Amino acid sequence: MKTDDLITALAQDAPVRWRLGRAVAAAMAGGAAIAAVIFFAGIGVRPDVMVAVTTVRYLFKFVVTLALAVTATGLILHLARPGVPLGVWRWALLAAPVLLAVSVVLEMVAMPMSTWGTRWIGTNAPWCLSLIPLMALGPLALLLLALRQGAPRHPGRAGAVAGLVASGIAATFYAAHCLDDSPFFVATWYTLATGIVMLIGTLAGRRWLRW
Amino acid sequence: MSDPSREDEWAAWMRAAIAGDAGAYRLFLQAVTPHLRAMARRRGALFGGSASDAEDVVQEVLLAIHLKRGSWDPSRPIGPWISVIVRNKMIDALRRRGRHVDVPIEDVIDTLEAEAVPDGLEQRDVERLLSRLKEQQQDIVRSISVDGSSVRDTARRLSMTEGAVRVALHRALKALAALYRSDTE
Repeated sequence: MKTDDLITALAQDAPVRWRLGRAVAAAMAGGAAIAAVIFFAGIGVRPDVMVAVTTVRYLFKFVVTLALAVTATGLILHLARPGVPLGVWRWALLAAPVLLAVSVVLEMVAMPMSTWGTRWIGTNAPWCLSLIPLMALGPLALLLLALRQGAPRHPGRAGAVAGLVASGIAATFYAAHCLDDSPFFVATWYTLATGIVMLIGTLAGRRWLRW
Repeated sequence: MSDPSREDEWAAWMRAAIAGDAGAYRLFLQAVTPHLRAMARRRGALFGGSASDAEDVVQEVLLAIHLKRGSWDPSRPIGPWISVIVRNKMIDALRRRGRHVDVPIEDVIDTLEAEAVPDGLEQRDVERLLSRLKEQQQDIVRSISVDGSSVRDTARRLSMTEGAVRVALHRALKALAALYRSDTE
């Protein structure tokens, strides 16, 4: 087949059904909807939520999880677009870990050392480690599908960042349920749960995002 | 330095293409191809590859540009996008042919153009991979590319709807790209 013939065939397939930006936006909305269904059907908001929302520790969990979701989304859109400099997004991903680290230090200053153990282990760790990845699966799958419209240089890395976005969404829901609000707990178990999702994202990205 | 008028022209064609203008898209692909050809020949020549080998690479890169065109943000210049796509794909394409190389990002727009290979030198890779697609997909791709039939005529001949032919063509091109990727692995 001559190159001109190939061009003829490509030209007949001209329109683009899913542009990358729109595909990612749809994946985020759809993924959040799936996570919401799982959350409201099987998990639910914690019973003392009206009291909890008046505490800094409860609200701060959302600051961290939303910071993760927003910064990872910004980065993934740049990673998947060839020729677009990463710019500030490369560093923006540090926002959630830095916020967490600062809150851990503040907690160490504010709370007596004898309470650290119980604050760290909490009461919900196994649930945290299973429910965040569970709720992240829907958003991750849809994001990977959307990212197939993109052209990331490093598919595994893009999959890992997609895992961060999905974790950010899932952890935001989970945080509304979980009774453990200490930064010690969040920094340990949320981070581990996010690591699990990142690993899944890396492996899936290597497989599905190559082009 | 990049040629701004050529870049504007390519971007305008691509914007029209994304909206469904097959004519504009053909102009875009035909404008890009001689630049790809020059780049592929220069890379290939380093390893003693022939013009025909280079043309195989050109076709693989064209397919990648095609399937990834949704990743171009039309509010941004098209030059950097196409240069990075071409560079990344060219690394893959040469590596798959046993050449481990690092290809620098070159400005595709400013690369000198190279003439097409003379007739009679049909490209082998695309033919070989095409023959591994489903028969109907092969038929549709050949009908529209080599025979130059329209989607409508192809649909009539195969008693399919035009929409079904378009979907089959799109799937065939995606499958072709996947075959390039898995080839010789």
